[in-house]
Amino acid sequence: MLAYIIRRVGQSILVLLFTGLVAFSMFSFVGDPIDNMLGQERTQADVERLRTELGLDRPFVVQYYKFLEQAVQGNFGLSYRQGRPVGEILLERAPATLELAFVSGLLALVGGIGLGIFTAIRRQGWAANVIMTVSLIGVSLPTFLIGILLIYLFSVELGWLPSFGRGEVTQIGGWSTGFLTASGLKALILPAITLGLYQMTLIMRLVRTEMLEVLRMDYIRFARARGIRERAINFRHALKNTLVPVITITGLQLGSIIAFAIITETVFQWPGVGLLFINAIQFVDIPVMAAYLMMISVMFVGINLIVDMLYFAIDPRLRVDRTAGGH
Amino acid sequence: MTTPVLSVRGMTVEIPTRRGVLRPVDNVSFDIAEGEILGVVGESGAGKSMTGNAVIGLLDPPARIVSGEVLLKGEAVHTAKGEKLRRIRGKRMGMIFQDPLTSLNPLLTVGEQLSETILEHLPVSQSEAEKRAIAALDEVGIPAAAQRIDSYPHEFSGGMRQRVVIALALCAEPDLVIADEPTTALDVSVQAQIIALLKRLCRDKGVAVMLVTHDMGVIAEAADRVAVMYAGRMAELGPVREVLTRARHPYTAGLMGSTPLASQGQKRLRQIPGAMPRLEHLPDGCAFHPRCDRAEARCRQNPAPDLTACEGRAACWFPLPAQSEKEEVSA
Repeated sequence: MLAYIIRRVGQSILVLLFTGLVAFSMFSFVGDPIDNMLGQERTQADVERLRTELGLDRPFVVQYYKFLEQAVQGNFGLSYRQGRPVGEILLERAPATLELAFVSGLLALVGGIGLGIFTAIRRQGWAANVIMTVSLIGVSLPTFLIGILLIYLFSVELGWLPSFGRGEVTQIGGWSTGFLTASGLKALILPAITLGLYQMTLIMRLVRTEMLEVLRMDYIRFARARGIRERAINFRHALKNTLVPVITITGLQLGSIIAFAIITETVFQWPGVGLLFINAIQFVDIPVMAAYLMMISVMFVGINLIVDMLYFAIDPRLRVDRTAGGH
Repeated sequence: MTTPVLSVRGMTVEIPTRRGVLRPVDNVSFDIAEGEILGVVGESGAGKSMTGNAVIGLLDPPARIVSGEVLLKGEAVHTAKGEKLRRIRGKRMGMIFQDPLTSLNPLLTVGEQLSETILEHLPVSQSEAEKRAIAALDEVGIPAAAQRIDSYPHEFSGGMRQRVVIALALCAEPDLVIADEPTTALDVSVQAQIIALLKRLCRDKGVAVMLVTHDMGVIAEAADRVAVMYAGRMAELGPVREVLTRARHPYTAGLMGSTPLASQGQKRLRQIPGAMPRLEHLPDGCAFHPRCDRAEARCRQNPAPDLTACEGRAACWFPLPAQSEKEEVSA
């Protein structure tokens, strides 16, 4: 198992090196940074001087190495637009996105697994059919449309919830949280639903399918024949067996909740990294874009690594090195 | 005479489909006494497994028992539902499935599955349940049971897994065990061991066994009495020696003639011409008549006589004589 972990970590590092290459190449291939940094009034000498200063005259590999060295330390250079260190800007924006992603992820997981089990167990009931039909909407409507519809209903027509922003935030150390104020929590509701709805319906349909599959297995019949309680059959025997595929998809989905927060953040003007990224694209703020790319890939790779570890916790058949005799 | 452990009376199972109602089990009656092993044989689709599932209430809807009754020690169980049925299953009748590779939950240790079942049905503490789980594994011949209790199913071989399945079926001390093709998925070398084990445990504990199989060897080895099923109906029912050596129903005779074990001395195995009719295309009269060399007009018009109604043990208008002529010729 240790060997497996080491191999997976090695693979993760390779993936990160590659995305690092993509992020880095944006500097060289999406316009010339010198053009961006020096204004109209410049001499060839200025250009040469800055080029040497930034190390842009060195070979590609050396530049890439420099970039990685800096990136590992969280140093992505200065934002072209704001003139401040990119790391600092990202850190400032991260809490908003992470809080939003956390609430949506929780909603998607709890709601998705709960409803998935419900619709699988009561698959003939009217409630399950209604949920399944409604879930089609969640899967098929684009996120921004759901956001706009929610804003129209709850902010414009009913006036219950704010349509944009984070509400009041409290500063705790370097972390600005919206969890502690009423307006912060209220502001979180609509974006969290918008962001989590798709993932929730996806997880729900996946759990339902897997659950129906598992409930047909012989060992479920055998458990029934032994007089095990329905509740134990559903939750102890069946649910656990559905978890491996569910965790795979869920892990990927949680990653994309953070990544695709871009759209939700734009709709709700949520001051997180997604909105920062959209603004960065408009201004061709390459250091911000590169840093964002790296941040997202680190998260994806990290989540995948955790998911792979979880397989071992759930499925004893994968714990290869634990070989008991008896065969 | 004491009440039999299991008494099935005129049980009929129907499956409504778009093309009409299928009747995979048709008016089947039999008894199993304490400590007795009743073998149920027949071709695939003859309704043997369906009969077993119907007895323990595991029919998949829309299949259901439409008439007849299933009595467990005189108590009707075919009407039991929900909680009542759950208390009967495992506690009063257990079931052993065909494939030990798929009948154990891969994510729970065998100990967890055993103590779960014990705790469900017997008023014992957690630690007592664990002790009993180890004892149950020991009883079915799993070496070092105390250590193996924490192993997962995939850490056992097929034969060992079937032993675990038997332990699970017997751990809450049921009166009746339905073994649905318990050796079909196993290596030939392991089959005999499993049958011997099943036989021994049931003798010792006085458990009645309904042994569903298509393997005549297994029947000859284990069963006290044998029921032969054909197209959902009981064709012949009698003590195993007599049925195997002096079959009275032409179908049973054909079955024996096509089995290497039972037709020793013959140069060629005989085969029954044709195939068993599909449930949706049952012929009029006796279901076996198109394949039967003794069939006459009566067989084509009237359904075979009821097993309980006709004298002797074969549901046939023209049963083979009590002492088969062929038997004498080949002997």
